[in-house]
Order: sequence, then structure tokens, then C-alpha cells
Amino acid sequence: MFTAETLTSWIIFVPTIFAFFLIFFDKKAVEPMRLWALAGTVVTMFLSLALIGQFTLGDGSIQGKVSVPWIASWNINYQLGYDGISLTLVVLSAFVFLVSMLASWGIEKHVKGYLILFLILETGVMGVFFALDFFLFYVFWEVMLLPMYFLIGVWGGPRREYAAIKFFLYTLAGGVLMLIALLMYYFGSATPEAMAITGHSGGSFDLIKLAEMAQTGKIFSPGMQVAGFILLFIGFAIKVPTFPFHTWLPDAHVEAPTPISMILAGVLLKLGGYGIIRIAFPLCPYGAQVAAYALVAIGVVSIIYGAFAALAQTDFKRMVAYSSVSHMGYVLLGIAVWKISEVTGAAEGRDYWLMGMNGAMFQMIAHGVSSPGMFFMVGVIYDRVHHRDLNQFGGLSGLMPNYSGMAAVIFFAGLGLPGLCGFIGEVFVVLSVWNYSKVLAIVSAGGVILTAGYILWALQRVYLGPEYKGPHPEAITPMTSREQAIGWLLIVPCLALGVYPNFVFNYTNDSLTKLVDTLDSGYQNTPKPNTVQTTQK
Amino acid sequence: MNEIGLLVQRLLDETTKTSVGLFVPELVLSGTIVAMLLCRILPLLWRVPAQWIALLGAFTAFAWTLCQFDQLVGGTMQPTPIFTGLLMFDQFATFFRMFLCLFLILTITLTVLSGIPDREDGPDFYTLLIGATLGMMIMSSANHLLMVFLGVEMASVPSYAMVGFLKGRKKSSEAALKYVVYGAGAAGVMLYGISLLAGLTGTGSLPEIGHRLSMIVSQGAGISDPIVRTIVLASLMVLVGLAFKLSVFPFHFWCPDVFEGAAAEVAGFLSVASKAGAFALLVRFGLAFSGGSAAVSEIAFALGIGIGVLAAATATFGNLSAYGQTNIKRMLAYSTIAHAGYMLMAVSALMVMKYSKHGGAESTAATLSCIEGLIYYLFVYLFMNLGAFAIVALVRNQIFSEEIEDYNGLATQCPLLCFGMALCIFSLIGLPPMGGFFAKLVIFASVFKATSVHWAMWFVLGAGAINTVFGLFYYIRILKAMYLKPRPDGARKVSYDLMPVGLFVLMICLPTLGLGILPARFTETFNNVASVLLTGR
Repeated sequence: MFTAETLTSWIIFVPTIFAFFLIFFDKKAVEPMRLWALAGTVVTMFLSLALIGQFTLGDGSIQGKVSVPWIASWNINYQLGYDGISLTLVVLSAFVFLVSMLASWGIEKHVKGYLILFLILETGVMGVFFALDFFLFYVFWEVMLLPMYFLIGVWGGPRREYAAIKFFLYTLAGGVLMLIALLMYYFGSATPEAMAITGHSGGSFDLIKLAEMAQTGKIFSPGMQVAGFILLFIGFAIKVPTFPFHTWLPDAHVEAPTPISMILAGVLLKLGGYGIIRIAFPLCPYGAQVAAYALVAIGVVSIIYGAFAALAQTDFKRMVAYSSVSHMGYVLLGIAVWKISEVTGAAEGRDYWLMGMNGAMFQMIAHGVSSPGMFFMVGVIYDRVHHRDLNQFGGLSGLMPNYSGMAAVIFFAGLGLPGLCGFIGEVFVVLSVWNYSKVLAIVSAGGVILTAGYILWALQRVYLGPEYKGPHPEAITPMTSREQAIGWLLIVPCLALGVYPNFVFNYTNDSLTKLVDTLDSGYQNTPKPNTVQTTQK
Repeated sequence: MNEIGLLVQRLLDETTKTSVGLFVPELVLSGTIVAMLLCRILPLLWRVPAQWIALLGAFTAFAWTLCQFDQLVGGTMQPTPIFTGLLMFDQFATFFRMFLCLFLILTITLTVLSGIPDREDGPDFYTLLIGATLGMMIMSSANHLLMVFLGVEMASVPSYAMVGFLKGRKKSSEAALKYVVYGAGAAGVMLYGISLLAGLTGTGSLPEIGHRLSMIVSQGAGISDPIVRTIVLASLMVLVGLAFKLSVFPFHFWCPDVFEGAAAEVAGFLSVASKAGAFALLVRFGLAFSGGSAAVSEIAFALGIGIGVLAAATATFGNLSAYGQTNIKRMLAYSTIAHAGYMLMAVSALMVMKYSKHGGAESTAATLSCIEGLIYYLFVYLFMNLGAFAIVALVRNQIFSEEIEDYNGLATQCPLLCFGMALCIFSLIGLPPMGGFFAKLVIFASVFKATSVHWAMWFVLGAGAINTVFGLFYYIRILKAMYLKPRPDGARKVSYDLMPVGLFVLMICLPTLGLGILPARFTETFNNVASVLLTGR
């Protein structure tokens, strides 16, 4: 029953099945409903761990592939599969959902609706990570929007309506661009040359086949690859989010309830990075290479801009939100450090690029653990004193020693302290940028200092100092056991990943090596517009 | 004398042996009207409620068309012109007749549940409703210019009366008057165009027109040629009549006022049925130019581009105007204008590809997907738009208001109605996994395909994409009111009995989801319909 082929579908739909049964719970049975939803996330977590067991190490290709015709006349398949890239992210998502579910005990309003939407959101996320059919990917991608809109809009803070619609609009706009790219590739793959690869007439939505076509370099013209890359990149960059498209993030993160902020930061942002790795790069290697410098620059700007913005915040949660912008900049940076030799067109210093890719993947996982942790720590104190003004905190370490200790570990992980998870990703990325451009490497390394600046300053203002002078000092009580459990759950992977990063690299390295190979050959095979001109002379 | 006798004999044979047999659904509906009026006259039958007679008639007609459609698709019945070529009996027409009968059933059920015509007015109302449906069925099978006009008028005149059916309401009478005046004007222009065309070609038969036109248009004649100019003028005039029925910009002015003034049930009926008939007719008229010379194709091609520009303008205008509305029916009226724009894009793509100079086997397949997209869109539109209007009507019965702000917090009081509304709205926005998304995708795909023929289609595609985002702005306001706002104190309590109303709402709203998740079966059928219409196979 649980082979690799069926496990993927189980992981996607188990949350929905649990959500469906929630309908039959009595409205007043709040505690059983929470436990039931928690069971749903726990089962999903176990299933995704079982998937690790099915994974063959050392094989970088797609495993556990399932392909069932869905809309045959359009060549749309229900096609799932996973490799090291998706597997690590799936496990991360299952974990973050589990932890966020534990953190959802504080939600008192319309509990049933909240839990149903929460579980549907998990289905959407898992579907995106497993989908290997562009159409299916798009469907899951947009399925996430609906629950997210309501989760922010109904259960959020005072400006929740504004934040919810802003999030919805940005993502939908990105989705529409992606839709046009989807059509471009569908019709672009309807040529006779493409038929040799797909084996059927008409266009294809098969992401693996489309990547193979892009690798041959003969089917998608350079112009199309550039146009396609721009459309796809903007679509995914909104989700990441990178610098010019990030403005939805502070609003959404701040207004969302704590568990949803944890999911937003821990999982949804990773979808953007995943989309770039899984779709934007493999489908348009030429376009990606042409844009590489711009991407690296955008990544660096995101790092620096996000860090400066975080420094300027007085709202604790907003500061953490901007730190996400900054940290996700490393992801884009690591993916994009693709330097080519002008003579041969082959990648120069490919191992550095692979290192950058690995660093980007690691950064995604590390940020996926540390930033939910930071949001949770903000949520714990907000639940007590009902404000988040950094300047009105202080002296919490004396009142809540346990909490302050945990928060310090999590924030140091976000800072990138060696031995904790944030360090490895940043170092790998910055090292790989050195090969690409020394100036940008220095600038991006400067980001680390800024990060240390805003995190240490925040720690100082919140936890240190003689006494707490803000409102509701009477409400400050030690962490409950549930909160402590969540704290420990988040701290353990922070430490484990920091000490033994191979937990991630073992799985991602082979898949990323294969990706780098295909991209490299895809770029080399694509006829370059300007070389055609020189031969004509 | 003998010859005339023979002709009469042949006419009688053709009519009685084939035509009448295939025309039974229409006759059943006519019989239903007579039966309802009879019940009104005979005191003995006063007790028989009109809605059950109407429902019975609609069911019979639907079952009959369903059998006909099944046999046509199965191949046991062949497409054939009936009544000496005045009407066409083929898959396309029968699908629309079936569609209209189904819609009639749903509308009658809705009126029974919402009780808009009281007992006294029942027979009148259902007579008008069925009469209008009959006209639309004739529109969809029209094969002759005469029937084009007759069909449009048969559909329009009862609609005018239905709009003014809420007697004693000033807005309602005003709307009806506005509708009549606009309708009469448009019909006059259309009739003029029809007489010009008939005069030029010497025939009224639609399949003949292309052939006849190529006899009078000399090769290479441009717009300066008086005959070409007359043809263009005549076609434009016919299109004006149809554009009025479709509420296409700039002939849409009646639509918001009429929808606001009419009962929600009537508005729902007009928005779907009247559009379906008009689109069927538009496709038939658009295809009337086929089989002509290159010069005729060129005229039709230019018309296709013109329709595309109109479509883009309509979608944009509808969506932008909807934003400022506070009355939900008015907002939905602008939304139907926008949706007419999307569907018109499919017709534009059809004409552009059908009449391009570089037609081939590939373009035939592409034109098929245009009609497939249009039909799919209409089919989804039936459920999503009727669903929205039905819920407006059902909610109106409880809160006596159609202002969006009075919907605040409804979700806490009638979750089922709000859930249905949410499904419809998401489908109207075009989010996966709803049917509205797949329909939009098919239309966008055909427009995308048409971009390879003419650059102007890029503009149309861009307008479609941007409008998807525009649409979100106002649709989400309804959901925001229902779900995000609290129910004000002292607001009217909303309650509904689960069984008939809830079941009905689920019955029309769940298909919007089903059509998005399992579209395969329908796309194949619709593709078959399109293929018979375009290629005769």
C-alpha cells in the first residue's frame, strides 16, 4: 500500500481527508477537533519520513514517478515524483505544518473553519512539491491561495483585510504570468522535433520532458527562453520574495496569526525558490544564463535591503518579516551564480555553482526551521503582553528565563552563528559568489554583519535590560509545556543541521549535480543569437 | 399545376417526416405554454400549479434533447438541415438546446424555491420564461438569416416583459423600458444589416453566404470597393444586434440597469441563457463566411480582429466598472459583461484562425479548440453565474437587501449559502481547481495560438490576463463582506431550511468544482461538437 509511488499521493491528500472529516465534528468540540487536525499533520509527517526510507541515495533523477492521464485531449497528466530537492522540502513542510498546528492552540475563533483551511493549505503545498506536470503544478500553486486568503483575512491582526488582499493580488498576478509561460511551453512543445521526446502529438505539460527539450537546445528558441524566463521568474520571485516584489510580505507576515506566519515564512516562501529550481531554470537555461547577473544582483540587493529594513523596524514581527526577505536573498544568489566561459560557453567553476545551489537549498531548509522559530518566539510574548513594540520590551530574561534561552538559540540560528543551521547556507552561498563576482561576494558578506546587527540589537532590547516597562507586565508568565515542546521541536533541527549539514546535502547533492549538468548542456546546445551574427560576417 | 402539387407534396413530406420529429422539444415547450394558459382559463384546472406544468414540460424537453444529443454523438442520427434549411439540426444546435432546457429546469426550480412569481402570476411568468427559451433554442439552431432575426426577437420580447415583472417597482419598470428601447433599436439595425446581406447575396441561407459573396467580390478588392464596403457594413450591423444581446462594449448600457431592476432570478436567466443563444448564433454567423474566396476570407479575418479588440475592451470595461458598485446585482451585471468579453475572445480567435491565409490541418485543430473553449466556458458559466444569482435571490428573501454591505458576516449565519457563493466566485475569478479556470485556460490557449497569425491577438491575450487580476478586486469584496466582516448588531437574522434550498445550492455550485477537477469527459464531447460543426465529421 505504501510504495514510493502511492506515498506521494497519500502525503498530498491525507490532510484533505482529515479536513473532510472535520466537517462532522460538533461545533463545540473544539479540543477534539484540534487533536484530530494535529493527528492529520502527524500522519503526514510520518508518511513523509517513510518517503525518506523509500529514497535511493546517490540517484539524482526523479524517483517514485506516477503518471496517470487526467485530461487526455490536452496531454495533461496527474504526474508526481520526487528527487532530493523536493524530498527535503516536503519533509520540511510536513515538519513546519506539524509545529504550526501545535502552535494553533491559541486560535479560539471559528476553530473548525480554521483547521479545515489549514489542512487544505497543507495539501496545496505538498502538491506543488510533488507535481511534475506543469498544469498540475499550477493547480496546486493556486489552490494554496484560497485558504491563505481566509487564514490571514479572518484570523489575522487589525489590518488583516488589507494584508490578505495584497497577498492574494500579488500571487495571482504572478500566477497569471506563469500561466502565459505555461501556454508558451505547451504550444512550443508541439513541434515535430519535440514529438521525438514526448512520443505523442500536440503540446506537453510534462516538466521532465520539457526540461529534456530545453536541454537539447533546438526546440525552444533563445527569444522564447528569455521571454519565458522573465515570466516565470517574476511569478516565482513574488513568492520568494525578492527585492522589488517583496512588499506584500511584511504586511502578510505581520497581520497573519502566529501559526500562519510560521507557515508563510517556513514553507510558502520556499515554494518560490523551489519553482525557480524546478521550473524556471530547467525550462529556460538560456534565459536563465542571460539573466544570471541580474539575478545575482537582485539577490544581493534583497539581502542588503532586507537587512537595512529590518534594522529600521520597531515592530518585532515586522523585523522578523524583513529578515526573511534578507535571508531568502541568499537562496536566489546561490542558484544564480552561473558563470560561463566566453570561449566555450561551458560553465566556469562548475563546482562553485553546484556549491551555490547546495547552499541555496540548505538556506531554504535552514530558514524554514529558524524563521518559524523566530515568529513563534514573537508570538509567545505577543500572546502575553499584546504588543510588539521593540522599544517597550526589556528584561524578559529575568521574567521568562526558559523562553529567553530558547529564543536566543533560535535567533542565533537565524543570525548564522557557526554550529547552528543558518551558518552553513550563508557560507556556501557567499563562497560560491566569490567565484562569480568578488565585489558582489564582499557586499553579500556584508549582509551577514547587518544581520548580526539587527538580531543582536533586537535581542538586547527584548530580553536584556533591567526590567520590563511596557504594558501588561502582570501577564508575563513562564512558557506553558505546549510552548516549550514547540520550542524544543524547533531548536533540535537548528542544532542538528548546524552540526551535521549532510542531513540535507546527502539528499540534494546528486539531484543538484544532475540539474547543473542539464542546465550547462542546455545552454551550450542553444544556438546563441550573437554567434550566428559573427559567423555570417 | 402538377409541379406545384409536387412541390407542396415534397414540402409536406420533408416537414412531417423529418423536421417535425426533430423539432419535438420545441413543440413540447410550446405545448407547455398552451397547457398553462388553458389551466388559467378553465376554472376546473385553477388548482393546478403552473410551476409543476412548466417543470414537467422543461424536463420532457430536456430529456428529449439529451436523447437526440446522445444519438448524434453516437452516430445513429445524422446532422441535417430541417424545415427546408431554415434550421440546422446538428450536434452544436442540439447541445445548446439541451443546455437551454437544463437551464430552464434550474431556473424554474429556483423560482419555486424563492417564490418570485406568486400563485396569481405564475402562468404568466412561466409562459414568458419558456417563450424566451424557445426563442433562444431557435437562435442556436438558426441556419437562415430570417431565423436569425426571428430567434433574436422571440428571445427578446418575453425578456422585456420579464424584466418588468416586479410590478409596482419603479426601478423594474424603468429597467424594462430601457431594455425595450435599446432592444428595439438594436433589432432595427440588425434587420437592416440582414436585408443588406440578403439583398447582396440573393439568399438568406447561412451556409450559402460565403459562396455567394465570393461571386460578387472581385479578387483583390479593398475597402474602397463599394461592394466590400457594403458587406462590411451589413456584417457590422448584424453584429450590433448580437453585441446588444451579449452586452458587449459599447452596447452594454442596458445591462447594469436591467439587472438591477429585474428580479435576481430573471437577471440570472438573462445573463446565462440569452448569452448562450447569442454566442451560438454568433458562431454560426461567423462561420457563414467560410467556403468563400480569398477576398471574402479577408473581410471575415478583419471582422475577427475587430471582434478581438471589442472583446478586450469589453472585458476591461466590465471589470473596471464593476469595482465601484455597491449593489451586488449591478456588480454581477458588470461581471457578466466582462465574461462576455472573455468568451468573445474565443470567437475572435476562431475567426482569425479560420480565415487566415495560412490555414492548414494544424489550424483546423486550433479552431476546434476555440469552439471547445467557448462551449466549456458557457457550460461552467451556467453553473457559476446561476449559482451566484440564485444565492443573491435566496439571501434577498431573508434580508430584503441586495447591497453588498448588508452581506456583512453572513458566513456565520448561513454557512452553506456562503460556501456556495465562495465556490461560484472563485470559479468566476478563474482560480484552479474550479471549472472557471479550465474554461479560461482553453480560451487563452486558443487566443495564444492565434497570436501566431496576427500580432493584435497578443493585445487580446494580454487584456485577458490582466483582467483576470482586475476581476479579483471586486469579486473578493463579496467574500470579504461575507467572511471577514462581523455581522452587525441588530441585522436581520438569516436562517434557511437545509433540505430543498441547501440541496439546490449544492447542486448548482458543486459542478463548478467538478468541472475543474474532471474536465476530460466534457472536453472530448465538446471537441466532437466543434469538429462536426467545422468539418462535418
